[in-house]
This record gives sequence, structure tokens and C-alpha cells, in this order.
Amino acid sequence: MSKPLKQIHLAAHFPGVNNTTVWSDPRAGSNIEFSSFVHFAQTAERAKFDFLFLAEGLRLREQGGQIYDLDVVGRPDTFTVLAALAAVTEHLGLTGTINSTFNEPYEVARQFASLDHLSGGRSAWNVVTSWDAFTGENFRRGGFLPQEERYSRAKEFLAAANELFDSWHGDEILADQETGTFLRDAKAGAFVHTGQHFDIHGQFNVPRSPQGRPVIFQAGDSEEGREFAASEADAIFSRHATLEAGQAFYTDVKNRLAGYGRRHDQLLILPAATFTLADTDAEAEELAREVRRQQVSGATALKHLEFVWNRDLSSYDPDGPLPDIDPDVSDNHISKGRAQVRMYRDPLATAREWRELAAANNWSIRDLVIETGNRQNFIGSAETIARTINEFVQADASDGFILVPHITPTGLHEFADKVVPLLQEQGVFRTEYEGPTLRDHLGLAHPDDVRDERVAS
Amino acid sequence: MPRELHLSLALDGTGHRPAESLAAAHWTDLIGLAEQGALDFVTVGDSPAPPHDDSAGRLDPVAVLARAAPLTTRIGLVPAVSTTHTEPFRTSTALATLDHVSEGRAGWLVDVSSTEAEAPAVGGRGVAPAAELWAEVADAAEGAVRLWESWEGDAETRDGATGRFIDRERLHHIDFEGPHFSVRSPSNVPRPPQGRPPIAVALDVHDSDGQWELAASHADVVLLDADQPSTAWLARAALLRRAAEAGRDPEALRVLVRAAVDLGGGTGPGALPPAELRFTGAAADLAGLLADWHETTGVDGFHLFPTSAPADLPAVVHDLVPALRERSLFRADYTGRTLRDHLGLPRPAG
Repeated sequence: MSKPLKQIHLAAHFPGVNNTTVWSDPRAGSNIEFSSFVHFAQTAERAKFDFLFLAEGLRLREQGGQIYDLDVVGRPDTFTVLAALAAVTEHLGLTGTINSTFNEPYEVARQFASLDHLSGGRSAWNVVTSWDAFTGENFRRGGFLPQEERYSRAKEFLAAANELFDSWHGDEILADQETGTFLRDAKAGAFVHTGQHFDIHGQFNVPRSPQGRPVIFQAGDSEEGREFAASEADAIFSRHATLEAGQAFYTDVKNRLAGYGRRHDQLLILPAATFTLADTDAEAEELAREVRRQQVSGATALKHLEFVWNRDLSSYDPDGPLPDIDPDVSDNHISKGRAQVRMYRDPLATAREWRELAAANNWSIRDLVIETGNRQNFIGSAETIARTINEFVQADASDGFILVPHITPTGLHEFADKVVPLLQEQGVFRTEYEGPTLRDHLGLAHPDDVRDERVAS
Repeated sequence: MPRELHLSLALDGTGHRPAESLAAAHWTDLIGLAEQGALDFVTVGDSPAPPHDDSAGRLDPVAVLARAAPLTTRIGLVPAVSTTHTEPFRTSTALATLDHVSEGRAGWLVDVSSTEAEAPAVGGRGVAPAAELWAEVADAAEGAVRLWESWEGDAETRDGATGRFIDRERLHHIDFEGPHFSVRSPSNVPRPPQGRPPIAVALDVHDSDGQWELAASHADVVLLDADQPSTAWLARAALLRRAAEAGRDPEALRVLVRAAVDLGGGTGPGALPPAELRFTGAAADLAGLLADWHETTGVDGFHLFPTSAPADLPAVVHDLVPALRERSLFRADYTGRTLRDHLGLPRPAG
């Protein structure tokens, strides 16, 4: 008998502050006004998506000492938007990226427990660490956290938050109106956490929320990030959305689970993915090329080249050849607040490789940035995209995808109207929500049941 | 024509049904009802205090009011946010976002966390003296305002010809340096719809000079505790004088007297929340008391603190508000959209 078909998980990433988002399109609306978030979230819920995903902004990006102004600039506070969206959606999960470097466990645990109550069990937390003193300049903690301490702080942060979530078991509230006795146990919420990074104790003041704990996402790709995810996370927001890279990542991370006494189905792998949808595959290919040119203007191409060159290249012609001059390899980078620049570990080698590529193909600067940048993950007709997504999931390249449309807020419409019904017809995507909570959508057990299972085994 | 009064209400009292306060419907029902009464705003307090017989613990007030924002269209939403353990950058961006999601109805009730229970629960710093905490509030308020104003109103230009999303000349680094924190960059959240969400400060006539200074220099709304009309009159006069001395227009300061009320929802003597003006009885009589105070003290209105918001709010909306309207002391309906509109506060320039 063949393996049963996996059910696909789909999520929607609100268009962000990078050049994936095409703000210059006449259809593009506000990235700030709440009506855009409502529109986007309700489209995702109409399509029966698992959840909405919001990134976080703690400092505006700068390049060459000035605020980077070629992409969308600014975004509202993650928590506040998610709490408001809970009012205009009923089932959709609400996932927020919240940094563990510039916060304390008590306040973050309290915010997620609040969101989980206010949304009836739909909250999820993408736990990230920050890397730079640049962002720190907006916060008390300030300063720079050495690489080796980032994950140790993040791990302890999450452990402390989990102790707070678990400080209520769910059976303390008596609420006897006759006697006026509210709590069965006056010490409900008591906690003590002592560790390398946090030394806290007291009583947590938010009773157990519907999901017990928010669903935990992890997004880092390093060795420590993968171990962290295998030991602690419910889902990974991954960057490996191609078939081969996806399968390699999927196998790698899922194989780490046994070491922590966990099963393969207790950690979902959900890569971010872009798409271009049209009536035919040929039209989609053409449209995808157009969108790439909108995403990479001449000015954007020069700025992206600066990520590698680490020099002011504003005097170069984006339609001309690559610079002869070599990258500046000093530590002080021209681009601030952008994780992307860390991808280029050997800028001199990258520059050499790009010059050779450009020369061989007769590419200008702009052509090169377009061709070497991320092309859309899924390009084609609705049939092609539905088939490809399903193939990827059944081939264990992922458990689903977090889709990133390039138009705010209507960029999901066609996917919702044309691709989702095909996935539903194939029996690999829900036609109705299975239950009220995000854990229900993702097929994740309540933490109490997981604990019981671990105790029993 | 008598001067109309402003009326706001604290939603914190849950009577003996604290468990319900964990559900969104508890809050959205109350806030919807308060909006039916055309109240200026509601507040949701905060407390790190461990749960006890009257409190199921507390949800985050900004989250609670953000949850209610899309379901209402007029009423002001004013969460208490302490500045002691929070990051001023986060406080500012969260409140700016509350203003965006409510389309101009956010305010901020500033607060400190001074209890023995709270500091070790959050960690990072010990229990600090009150004077230091209130001085920090002034800095946090200053920082928050500068962040709100770090984007000029028309900064998002979306210039297709140059490819520039913003005019970066209209964004400003704030470079705030204080003894407890510093903030360098412009906000991540564009200018809130109200420009500056109103800042509310609770003040008791016995409070320290630092708190008076904070109220005079930073408050748009003072929630004043006073036991006698004469005390309220004197306090208001002193506040307006100090505001003028701080270079502000005293006309742009609203003074609301806090009144603990039990309109039948309480559970007998001693159940009233702490406030110096206390009232137990029928809504029609409360209307008379408020009218007298309003006339004799010159204050702008009242901040009601019911023993039990679920039990007392219906009487406020269905009995007190109509009684005040009969005296021509309260608006028949909202005439503006934003909290600043309701309070008669001008929108800051820029």
C-alpha cells in the first residue's frame, strides 16, 4: 500500500520591507493602514490557510549612513496588529516574530498568553535573536550580543517563557460566586527561574491560555538554529523552498528530532515561498520576468551590489558593467539592519564570480542582480502551481509553505481563488477548519498531552 | 448653555466574575456598551500583582484594547502602560499602532511599577525609589512623543519616478539620551493618525512634586483624585498654572476627577475601588453630584471607576448618561472621530 497523502499547510506572510514587495504597482495599497491587514487576513482565512505571519521591525534599515528608501519603509507593531486581527478573523492562526534579545521573558510570555486568550487559542511566536549593535541603539540593553551567546540566551529565554506558561495548569480557577472564592490555589502562577541569563521569580499573572503555550516557530538556519528547532520548536520558518535544498534541509532537521525524544510529526517545516500565477505557464513566465524587473530597479540593483562590495557605488551605471574595483572587506558594513549581507562570507570571491557571470552572459549590473537574486519559487498556471506544491510536500521538501505575495493587500486573491480549490480537489488541503486553535490546524498536540506522553514513555 | 463635561470609565472592576475577564467577549461587550453611551474613552489598568480573589490576573492592556478596536468606531481606547520595565521604543510603537488600528482613538495612561513583587518577576533591575520611577516616566513620555513625531505626516511619498518610497528628509533620528535609556533612530511606525495619542496621568493632590511636574508638562488628560470640590478647584488651578509655566497652552489640558462608583453592582461597603471621591447609590443621584462638582470646581469631567464594570456600566449608559443629557451636560452623540476630537484637543501640527 502506498504512503497516505500528506496534508499541506499553507500560511500567508504580510508583504514586508524588502524588495519582494512591489509598492510601485498601481494596485499596491498601504502597508500601514489596518484595512490592508484586515483585507489580507480575511483573504487568507477565506482560503482556509493555517495562519498569517508577521515579521518585526526594531529599527529602520540604513545604507551609506542614510535611511534605506527604495523599499517599503515602516511597519506597525506586531503584537498590536495581531491582537486587532483576532477581532476580524475566527480561525486563522496569528504568528508574530518577536525578538528574544531586546525583551524579557515575563513581558513576552504575558503578551503571548494574552494574545492566546484574546484569539481563542490562535497565537504563535517566531523566536528570533538579534545580531547587531545598530538595532540595540534603540533599546536599554543596547550593545552587541556575541554570536555564541545568542542561542544560549534565546534557549534560556524560551525555557523561562515556557516555565511561565506552565506556571498555571488550568485547574486553579474555581470562581465560586457563592463564597466569592476565585482561586483554588493562592499560589497559582508561582515560578522561579535561575540561569545564566535570567534570574527571575514571582507569580505569573495570566492564567493558562487555550493552547497552553503559543505554537513556537524558529527561523535560524545555522547548526545551533537547527538543534534549537529540533529540541524546542513546533515549526520552522525555513528559507529552503527548492526541491533539492528543501529535501536536504527537511531530512537533516527531522533526523535530529529522535535525539530529543520527538517524532517526525512534532516539527513542521514551512519554507517561505513566492509565486507568480497566470492563465498559462508561458504567461506566468513572462509575468514573473516583469515582476523581477519591478522588484529590481536600476537604483535597487546598485544598492544590492553594495551589499557585496561594501562601497558607495552610486556613481555606477546600473545598465553598465560591474565595478572593476574590489569589495571593501572591513567589518564596518555600509548596510545596517539587514541580515542578508551576512550571506556573503567571502565578498572577494563573490565579486569575482559575479564579474565572470556578467562577462559570460553580457549582463549589466541590473541584469546580474535580477538573475542571481531569488526568482519566484512557483511560476505557472494554477494547475502547475498546485501540482508543484503538492509534489514538493509529498516528496518531503516541506510540510507546506508560507506564501509571500508581492502586492499589498490583494496579492493572495488569485491563489485563494484558483490554486486552493485544486489542492482541495486533490484531497491534500482542508475544505473546513478542523478545530478552533492553531494547534488543531497544524496537527500539533496540546502541550499537556505531549508532556503526558513523555512521562508515560 | 452649560459647559459639557467629559466622561470616561475604568474597566478594571470585575466584581466577582473575574474568570470572564480572560475572554475577549468580556471586554468587547463592555467597550461596545460604553460606546453606545458616547463616553470619551475607557481605560484598562495594569498590574503585575499576583492573582487574588478579585483578579484573575490581567491580560496585557494594549492587546485587550487592540482586540476591541476593530469592533468599535468612536470610543477612545486608553491602556495603562508602565514605563518601569518596558522598552520606551516598544511602548511608543505599540501605542502608535493602537492609534493606527483604531484610526485615531488611542491614548496612554502612564504608570510605574513600584511593587516588591514586580521587579524580581521581570528581572533586569531592582526595586527603584518612586521619585526615580516618575522621573523615568517623564523621559519615556518625551521619548515616545519624539518617536511619534519622528515621521512627518507626509513622509510616505511613493515616488515612482525616483523609486523612493519615502522622502527621507521627512524622517528624523531622535537621538534621545536619558539616564535610564537612549533611543537613536526614527520610529518603525509612521506618524499615528492623531499625531500624538493623548497622554493621561493619574494624580493625587498628595503626590510628589515630580508627579505634578509630569502632569503639568506631559499630560493631555489628568485623572485627578480629590475628596472635596475645593480641593479639586485648587488642584486644577495649580495644574493650569504649572502647565503655563512649562510653556504649554493651559487650554489644552483636560482635568477629570476620578470617582469610585457603585451603582448597584457592588457587594456592599468597602467594595469601592480606591479613590477619594466615592459614590454608592442610584445613577440619577450620581448625575446630580457630578453636575454640582462640574459647576463648582471648573473641572472638565469625570473618570468613573465602577466596583464592577459589567454590573455598573449598564446603569452608566442607560441612566447616568441620559440624566446628564437632560441637564445639557453631555453630548447627544459623538461629533468627531478621534479621541482628540472628543476631548476637544487640537491635533499637533506637523
